[in-house]
Amino acid sequence: MSSPTLVTSGPAVVASGAEDVSWSQWRLIWAKFRSHKLAVVSIWLLGAFYLIALFAQFLAPYGPWQPSPYAYAPPTRVHFFFNGRFVGPMVYRVKIQSNPATFERDFVIDKSQPVRVHWFVRGAGYRWLGLIPSDFHLFGVGAAAQINLMGADILGRDCFSRDLIATQISLTVGLIGVFITFVLGCLIGGASGYYGGVVDNVVQRFMEFVTCLPTVPMWMALGAAIPASWSNLKVYFTITVILALRSWTGLSRQVRSKLLEMREEDFVVAARVAGATDWGIILRHLLPGFASYLIVNLTVEIPRMILGETTLSFFGLGLRPPTVSWGVLLQDAQNLAAISSYPWLMFPALMVVVCVLAFNFLGDGLRDAADPFKE
Amino acid sequence: MARTSIINHPLARYVAKRMAWAAVVLVLISFFAFLVIQLPPGDFLESYVEELSRSGMGVDSATLVALRHAYGLDRPMIVQYWEWVTRFARGDMGVSFIYGKKVNLIIAERLPWTLMLTFGSMLVTYGIAIPIGIYTARRQYSTTDFVASFIAFIGMATPGFLLALVLMWIFYISFGVTMGGLQSPQFIGQPLSWAKTGDLLMHLPVPLVVIGIGGIANLTRTMRATLLDELGKPYVTTARAKGLPEHVLIRRYPVRVALNPIISSGGWLLAELFSGDTVVGIVLGLPTIGPVMYRALLAQDMFLASSCVMVMSILTVFGFLISDLILAYTDPRIRLG
Repeated sequence: MSSPTLVTSGPAVVASGAEDVSWSQWRLIWAKFRSHKLAVVSIWLLGAFYLIALFAQFLAPYGPWQPSPYAYAPPTRVHFFFNGRFVGPMVYRVKIQSNPATFERDFVIDKSQPVRVHWFVRGAGYRWLGLIPSDFHLFGVGAAAQINLMGADILGRDCFSRDLIATQISLTVGLIGVFITFVLGCLIGGASGYYGGVVDNVVQRFMEFVTCLPTVPMWMALGAAIPASWSNLKVYFTITVILALRSWTGLSRQVRSKLLEMREEDFVVAARVAGATDWGIILRHLLPGFASYLIVNLTVEIPRMILGETTLSFFGLGLRPPTVSWGVLLQDAQNLAAISSYPWLMFPALMVVVCVLAFNFLGDGLRDAADPFKE
Repeated sequence: MARTSIINHPLARYVAKRMAWAAVVLVLISFFAFLVIQLPPGDFLESYVEELSRSGMGVDSATLVALRHAYGLDRPMIVQYWEWVTRFARGDMGVSFIYGKKVNLIIAERLPWTLMLTFGSMLVTYGIAIPIGIYTARRQYSTTDFVASFIAFIGMATPGFLLALVLMWIFYISFGVTMGGLQSPQFIGQPLSWAKTGDLLMHLPVPLVVIGIGGIANLTRTMRATLLDELGKPYVTTARAKGLPEHVLIRRYPVRVALNPIISSGGWLLAELFSGDTVVGIVLGLPTIGPVMYRALLAQDMFLASSCVMVMSILTVFGFLISDLILAYTDPRIRLG
């Protein structure tokens, strides 16, 4: 089991013609996974999402808090032709004029001269991965014009840049939350299943208690309890812990039932006789046996956490500005009048739905694939 | 057969055990809820005084101390908890600071709406999910199946507040008025009449479906998957070979088996709906407990917030209790185990 790929690599096995037996577990899983088309598409999509998150500050033309006078500017159109001649991607300058009739600010496009979109420009400074200082951006139009691919918000900040940078927080909340879930679930479920008896009883009752808590009211109460003075980082980690507090019970139940089954096996007795400690046996001999199965099951928890964060932040009980996450961005969409005039404020909602959808499909595909012998 | 006492009946013993446990859970939750709501530094009076001084009305510290004493905010947490929980048990939930009236009155006004919307959306959930689940399983890979599955997946991926927001947005741009609440403004405070009932019925479908969306999507998928498993089994072929009409066969055997996981997830569904009700209630401005709880949490109105969380917890625990009892009634392995 420890190195299943070795089984297939020997030519002798292939020569014997017993191909159905010689396929390693991982190869079977992969073959089964590939037959789930939507899951394959999803894994590419999510890969793209995480790449965007990784390089968000580079891909974004502006910084997430960089204000401009262009409040609620509509999405900038990118043109390729100027006076019928191909000049490559370019935009026009926009002037703000107050309309005396409607008292609104009109954006007047000045078509007299093109402003070329430049690649690899220097712009707002940032720290890549929070470490490496840089001011390179994939594209930009300089100070002469403005490029807001997704429009601008009330302070004239570029929504496209903010949407990109929000992926960093929103996509990692799920991963860190799931990591906490995994650790809690394995430890608590492990103790419950391995020791049995009183420990098991106490843990079981505790789990029932947690299951009975009403999810959203409790999330809200805990979210409201986060002091306003805390730093963004501290709030972020607290939110992931709050989201994980509910989800570990499912995993813990699976770990427990598996361990209850396995703890009487000969190899466990052998390890115990050889002097291995209880936690040594649980962590080194029992859990690795079905860890892949557990991890697969955890993928379904990631979208749930993303939704949880978005919901909490939307109501102002989770992450808060200046942190940029999908939920925080959607706070701007709470005002109906605002979203009917400036529909681009709703774009983060689309990203949430697409991302969660992809995670759901991936989870489905993985769950089917993790059990390659089931028809 | 000898008559056995009702107390020795396995089901009765199971019910007693289960109810005792529910009571213990509620006591634990009450402590947890109160503790969480007490966690943030400061209390309602502090933010209240701050607001007053911002508007130019100073409150001297002697008045503040007196007020704090009057509300019992100067005592240790555990004493405050004991006061609150014993009064809660006697049916007195204290006074709300922000509404300036008894919490009992606020809850009494809103609990019926919460219950109606939750059970209403439960009915809607079953009413939509089960027939669609059966239909899509019978016609696997048909266009209808594809469309229904697609909508179900979108439904699972859309949080309730977002769907509510999008619907309100569409309503706003097409009609120019805000949709929200359960009654048109002219009927609020009016006595019950046919026109008012009609108006209410017009407002109901959107909240019911929005609250239920997650559950509808999930149950449709579950129903379809379990029914598909059942349809492939030999007993279905046997029944068909014996000439049983298809609709009778489907309804009488595989559907009944496939309904089992749906029944057993009833408690989970109720809990989910109470959560959905909270979120959707805030966005759509429904007269339920959720929006009040939200306001109370933000304003640190602790008696109101704790009582709302507590009422939601009681409803959730009660939901799990009922579904466990139904399950015990239908499945002997549980009540004897």
